[in-house]
Amino acid sequence: MGGGQANATRQESVSCAPYAAVVTSEELVIRARGLTKAYGDFVAVDGIDFDVRRGESFGLLGPNGAGKSTTMRMIGGTLGRTAGELSVVGLDPETQGPQVRAHLGVVPQQDNLDDDLKVRENLIMYGRYFGLPRSYLVPKSAELLEFAQLTDKASARVDDLSGGMKRRLTIARGLVNEPEVLLLDEPTTGLDPQARHTLWDRLFRLKEAGVTLIVTTHFMDEAEQLCDRLIVIDKGTIMAEGSPAQLIRQYSTREVLELRFGSQRNAQVVAQLEGLAERIEVLPDRILLYSADGEATLERVSGAGLHPVTSLVRRSSLEDVFLRLTGRTLVD
Amino acid sequence: MTDIDVSRLAASGRAGEPTELAGRARRFGVWYYAETSLRSMRAYLWTVVAVGVGQPLFYLVALGVGLGALVSANGQTVDGVSYLVFVAPAVMVATIVAAASGELTYPVMAGFRWRRTYYGPAATPVTPAQISLGHLLAVTLRFVAQAIVFWLFMLAFGATSSPWSWLTVPIAALSAVAFGAPLQAYAATLKRDGMAFNFVQRFIVMPMMLFSGTYFPLSTMPTYLQWIGWISPVWHGTQLARWASYGLREPAWLVVVHVLVLVTMAVVGAALSCRFYTRRLTR
Repeated sequence: MGGGQANATRQESVSCAPYAAVVTSEELVIRARGLTKAYGDFVAVDGIDFDVRRGESFGLLGPNGAGKSTTMRMIGGTLGRTAGELSVVGLDPETQGPQVRAHLGVVPQQDNLDDDLKVRENLIMYGRYFGLPRSYLVPKSAELLEFAQLTDKASARVDDLSGGMKRRLTIARGLVNEPEVLLLDEPTTGLDPQARHTLWDRLFRLKEAGVTLIVTTHFMDEAEQLCDRLIVIDKGTIMAEGSPAQLIRQYSTREVLELRFGSQRNAQVVAQLEGLAERIEVLPDRILLYSADGEATLERVSGAGLHPVTSLVRRSSLEDVFLRLTGRTLVD
Repeated sequence: MTDIDVSRLAASGRAGEPTELAGRARRFGVWYYAETSLRSMRAYLWTVVAVGVGQPLFYLVALGVGLGALVSANGQTVDGVSYLVFVAPAVMVATIVAAASGELTYPVMAGFRWRRTYYGPAATPVTPAQISLGHLLAVTLRFVAQAIVFWLFMLAFGATSSPWSWLTVPIAALSAVAFGAPLQAYAATLKRDGMAFNFVQRFIVMPMMLFSGTYFPLSTMPTYLQWIGWISPVWHGTQLARWASYGLREPAWLVVVHVLVLVTMAVVGAALSCRFYTRRLTR
């Protein structure tokens, strides 16, 4: 494969210019220009441009219905596009779907494991769709089960797995062909906090191993945990692009002061809070004050004779970025 | 937790080049899906076996020996042979076509909607058309196995005399595909639930089983009911099976027509099915 040389070149170019404007096509796994998908009058994805580089972890952050899954399906070639250009590993997924999918691992939003098959059989039979022989699949499935922490469940029925186990099995299944790119559509939706952390750990290891991850999520903490770079999308268009830290720096303040005066009084006190922070957002249940120093702002609030029922100082997150960009919260 | 070498897991290089994998899927994708489909049948293997063994046994005893004794009581024969010989190849075709009405309705709905099992392979190099044909291939293999068992019972009961009687096996399987492939295509268009299958069962399968000349020659029915037989894959299959099993005197042109009708239904059904699967899995 000549991997050594290509690798060296990549390392060099990255270290010289981390955000170089010119990226050679060799390094781009995905290139989208004016990518559009319309269903009649409804435009699900509205002319978006983005690039994904080899080995990076790229996120699509946005609320439900923003067009994330539609974009993912266009990448996998299981959905045609209405307009625009899309190249995945240098191929057009719409006309060369099977070739493109041979490079990909796909983890869909909705689990579609075969519950007539045992856990291990799910991996082996899925590997067969890639034309992989049993001599490869038998040891491979053992390694994948180890990775997914499901070795002792190898002969279990899929029905008997917990939600988190099913997700890990679906991820293991997506890795059976040793894909260059792993597409993860809402990987932790519906999982409890512990199961999410286990999953993030597994995904983080894959990223370290050089697998390009493309993740859609409507959880800002997930995007912060997993993504090197992301696009914030809403209503089919890109609102912002950058690393989580860059986006927070650009669209929010360092800290946020959250105040609750009780649902009746929140609206009344807003006028008195004006000028105490760089920016104020009023949500139905709380007021957010954006400033570099949350504690200092809280002192000024008390100084003005206002006494909230609860107050909380925290770091800005992508949730705040999204609120700033769209005026709405990510999770309703 | 044992730590495993993730970099080797992610790219050991053992899987082979993607282009090669895509090429293999292009050539053998139908078989790859059929493998999964066959393996899934293991979940209800005992039902398949019980049906495969029980049906011929019950039908041959009840109809051939029981009803047959009544029919032959006055030294009567049907079409010049005993009732058992007359009815056996027909019941073989009918029961295997009935199996198609089970295999190519609810499982198709499950693949698209209830269990979404078609969506897994759809994200691999295997195409929707290959998934459709793979499912059809797997159930066809089941029909062949079922037909072989039935044929062995026919031999054991002395219900067939011709050295060509083994031809009833492919004939029965072809009849089942002729009925099953269009049914699979129809099932692939259903969005909501499987209620439509009850309709299919009651108003298509039932009359087809009763009016396809299975238990009595189609010619004994009034002409205004005979058309049901003419459009029924069960009748065309039955006539062919009788021709193979005991030498029913069917003009050569009509034998050709029977084969053509069955093949056409199978091919058109499979083609439509490929189209509907593609539409549904890429939208």
